[in-house]
Amino acid sequence: MSAITHDSHGHHDAHHDHHEESFISKYIFSQDHKMIGKQFLITAVFMGLVAMLLSILFRIQLAWPGESSDFLSLFLGETWAPGGVLKENMYLGLVTIHGTIMVFFLLTGGLSGTFSNLLIPLQLGARDMASGFLNMISFWLFFASSVIMLISLFIETGPAMAGWTIYPPLSALPQAVEGSGLGMTLWLASMTLFIAGSLIGSLNYIVTVLNLRTTGMSMTRMPLTIWAFFVTAILGVLSFPVLLSAALLLMMDRLAGTSFYLSDIIVGGEMLENHGGSPLLYQHLFWFLGHPEVYIVLLPALGLSSEIISTNSRKPIFGYRAMIGSILAIGFLSFIVWGHHMFITGMNPFIGSVFVFTTLLIAIPSAVKVFNYLTTLWRGSIVFTPAMLFAIGLVSTFITGGVTGIILADSALDIAIHDTYFVVAHFHIVMGMSAVFGMFGGVYHWFPKMYGRMMNTRLGYAHFWVTLVGAYGVFFPMHFVGLAGAPRRYYDYSVYGEFDTNSYEMIMDLNVIITVFAIIAAVGQVIFLFNFFYSIYRGPKAVQNPWKSNTLEWTTPVEHVHGNWPGALPVVHRWPYDYSKPGAEEDFIPQTVPLADGEEDH
Amino acid sequence: MGSKLVTVVVIVLGVLAISQLVRLYELSSKLRNRREEDITNRDNKLNANLMLTFMFLFYGFFIYLMSTYGWTGRGDAASVHGAETDWLLNLNFVIIIAVFFLTNSLLFVYAWKYVRKPGVKAYFFPHNNKLEMIWTVVPAVVLAVIIILGLKVWGDVTGTSKNDAIQVELFSKQFDWTARYAGKNNKLGKFDYKLTTQENELALLTEATLDSAIRYMEFGKADSTVLGIKLLENKLNNKKTIFIPEEREKMEVDLDRKTRLLRLLYQMKARYDKKNDNLAYDDFIQKDTLHLMVNQEYELTFRAKDVIHSAYFPHLRAQMNTVPGLTTRMKFIPTITTAEMRERKKNSSFNYVLMCNKICGGAHYKMKMIVVIDSPAKYKAWEKSKTTFKDQFLAAPAPAPAAASDSTQLASN
Repeated sequence: MSAITHDSHGHHDAHHDHHEESFISKYIFSQDHKMIGKQFLITAVFMGLVAMLLSILFRIQLAWPGESSDFLSLFLGETWAPGGVLKENMYLGLVTIHGTIMVFFLLTGGLSGTFSNLLIPLQLGARDMASGFLNMISFWLFFASSVIMLISLFIETGPAMAGWTIYPPLSALPQAVEGSGLGMTLWLASMTLFIAGSLIGSLNYIVTVLNLRTTGMSMTRMPLTIWAFFVTAILGVLSFPVLLSAALLLMMDRLAGTSFYLSDIIVGGEMLENHGGSPLLYQHLFWFLGHPEVYIVLLPALGLSSEIISTNSRKPIFGYRAMIGSILAIGFLSFIVWGHHMFITGMNPFIGSVFVFTTLLIAIPSAVKVFNYLTTLWRGSIVFTPAMLFAIGLVSTFITGGVTGIILADSALDIAIHDTYFVVAHFHIVMGMSAVFGMFGGVYHWFPKMYGRMMNTRLGYAHFWVTLVGAYGVFFPMHFVGLAGAPRRYYDYSVYGEFDTNSYEMIMDLNVIITVFAIIAAVGQVIFLFNFFYSIYRGPKAVQNPWKSNTLEWTTPVEHVHGNWPGALPVVHRWPYDYSKPGAEEDFIPQTVPLADGEEDH
Repeated sequence: MGSKLVTVVVIVLGVLAISQLVRLYELSSKLRNRREEDITNRDNKLNANLMLTFMFLFYGFFIYLMSTYGWTGRGDAASVHGAETDWLLNLNFVIIIAVFFLTNSLLFVYAWKYVRKPGVKAYFFPHNNKLEMIWTVVPAVVLAVIIILGLKVWGDVTGTSKNDAIQVELFSKQFDWTARYAGKNNKLGKFDYKLTTQENELALLTEATLDSAIRYMEFGKADSTVLGIKLLENKLNNKKTIFIPEEREKMEVDLDRKTRLLRLLYQMKARYDKKNDNLAYDDFIQKDTLHLMVNQEYELTFRAKDVIHSAYFPHLRAQMNTVPGLTTRMKFIPTITTAEMRERKKNSSFNYVLMCNKICGGAHYKMKMIVVIDSPAKYKAWEKSKTTFKDQFLAAPAPAPAAASDSTQLASN
């Protein structure tokens, strides 16, 4: 199944850069998008592991509060877990860094960084990103920010402890919590680098998508993955700078004595002079990024799963144009809903009701996407590759996590469950499950393209089922903990014993169930890690198009070459979803195959 | 240490076991000439069946959790608006649970039913305008209903309270709550954070508290743990004392800050109208327990001293953040007394509670206040027992004997 080459005289521009590369330029300071994608992936997998370990540490405390644990003392030592019991402040530190790493480093850097880099040039028929150099810088900024974030775990006063949203004044005042000293400075420094890297990456993605599509690859012939990455990149470019300004103003409040977020404060017995600032300003700025961020995390996962579901159902994705429309609608709406994080912050209730309206509108394009996935599966001929399992898992969790969003978006209902475990359940099912499943699906599906080898299918199955059961077992009961009224970020829920023994018993019971499932799910990831690293070196060699897929990346040779296609760039004649088309011999028709006589384009 | 060793050994053995299994699997694949990307019909069927099995287990788990835990954690809403929002919440739950079951069932059943079968080709079905229209319009209509109902209740909940609502202020700091009742005139006294002293923790504004704050700024705390301006100047100007440079700088910064704050206090005093004293003087302050009267509307305002906190009454379905530098508000009418709720929950130790629900530091989880909802008779009796701010403040021992000695020292210098 090789690409049909249309202009045989195009060879001269393909071979000019096939020089020998040194180890450093090939593996470290690589400017090749495939290598950069892999660098993002490995870094993010490592960061994800750290964040998962942190979550297990605090889950142990939540399930068995105050009990000594060898596991805690092994990882945290006497400083942070004297006698094997987690310290209150470190609990907040663990929660904060867990959230930060998962949201930004795993799901933003890891998901969009890996797959945008890998797939944008490959699926568009481009030799590389618009700027390989900027792409390299983007990764190294990401890497540096990861290192700084990890370093902050090891300093004397501990990491940032104000929650991943780092609301001031808590995050601005070291007198209020020790993590707001050096730990918070490192957090802000790390995020500043992260944002710079993300911006450079996003600009590169946008330019590449707009300018480097091969002949015939019109915008409406792009795979949905590319549409998702494209809109994600635009969201990133528009919203991350706002987070940077939020962080910058916070930095100035901390270091330069300004009063952007501080007003009328007495802390640790000290009367501060700051007057006139507003903590709400920070929240507006933060969530102006924070909400699009949710879709920066989710859209790539949805894009990847669109591709995986279509390929493995052997059916065109249902409603291709509606899918593009809903990606655009979600992207647009995500910018005007941030206030739903702030219904009870003291923001004017009228403005709150505007945000209720815009937020609930997002449910419409989301519903369209779900129904389109379902219809794609309907009367398909489903092949359960591990990637397909994860994509189906994504649809399930997208539904389960999505519907509770309707309740949280309704300001009147939000009053009673705001900042409770109900919210934790909601966003973990959407981000911790859907987005992560999208990422796993992507890794299993494109592993042959990344490493030229196959991952083990059966281990993939085991990994999926353990993860699905484990993760649902963790996050589903959290809804009930939240409905019982349990606030999030509490170090010890046995305080409930002092006023409500009914709630106390229920919350303590459920916390044990949740922690047990969390440990199962975490141990399940060992299967993945083993499979991943083992297959990189010892997996069976892949064929060119293992999943019998239509998109352009499967027309490149298995062995990576600089410039992706050894000959001329492929020419595109059709959309990427001609699966099981009546009249065709095979059940797939790659995009490079010209339309037959009388055949209609989609 | 022993268990650590065991853990490590188990992990190592586990990895070894998996790698052996994988090698076995690879060998058998090679023997049968099977490639990873060729999913056998048996594997396909297995996963399809697991999909369906998972669906039933998942639903079973959900139904079990619902029947065991449902609403048991929180019990009935104990406020007027709480009953409304609970009703709306239940309506929304009916809708979303229906959608949850419907779409998840379609997903898992399709995944099970349409697994690849030899000889059956997938149905080419790229789009259908009518279907797409249906699932755009139907959710839109349902959402319109949800939005309209939600906004109506939201408007009621956040609207202004009636004139006879009792004014109460909740003051939050790391890590406790203090309540201030508006007293006889039902008007809360004014405040300014710069007036905070040991005797006036809520920084209420009266002529006497102004004077006290000025005195405090000038002379510091009686036990010299906080140095006043005079003593700082005194120390810094004393030629006989040599300070470590950092120490001196710290004191100078402190002195500058206090001097500026003092200037602001004098400005405040110059503009102050003494008639406002009465607003604050009849207020009374309550720590530890928040007393509320059943079926009485309350207008609550919130303040924070240090960082953001959130006043969260889970049983009253009420919540509002408290923000430094900003006064926030809400209202509610409690409907069930503590005694009655204890009966309903068959739990004699039950108490309503006010918790902090915004991360605020290490002891965040301990920051709470017991709430007692009483019958009018009991509430009135409790109210009578309270001392007004005037009596409390003016009865407090005159501050700063040390300050006095400082000033004499100054004079003698």
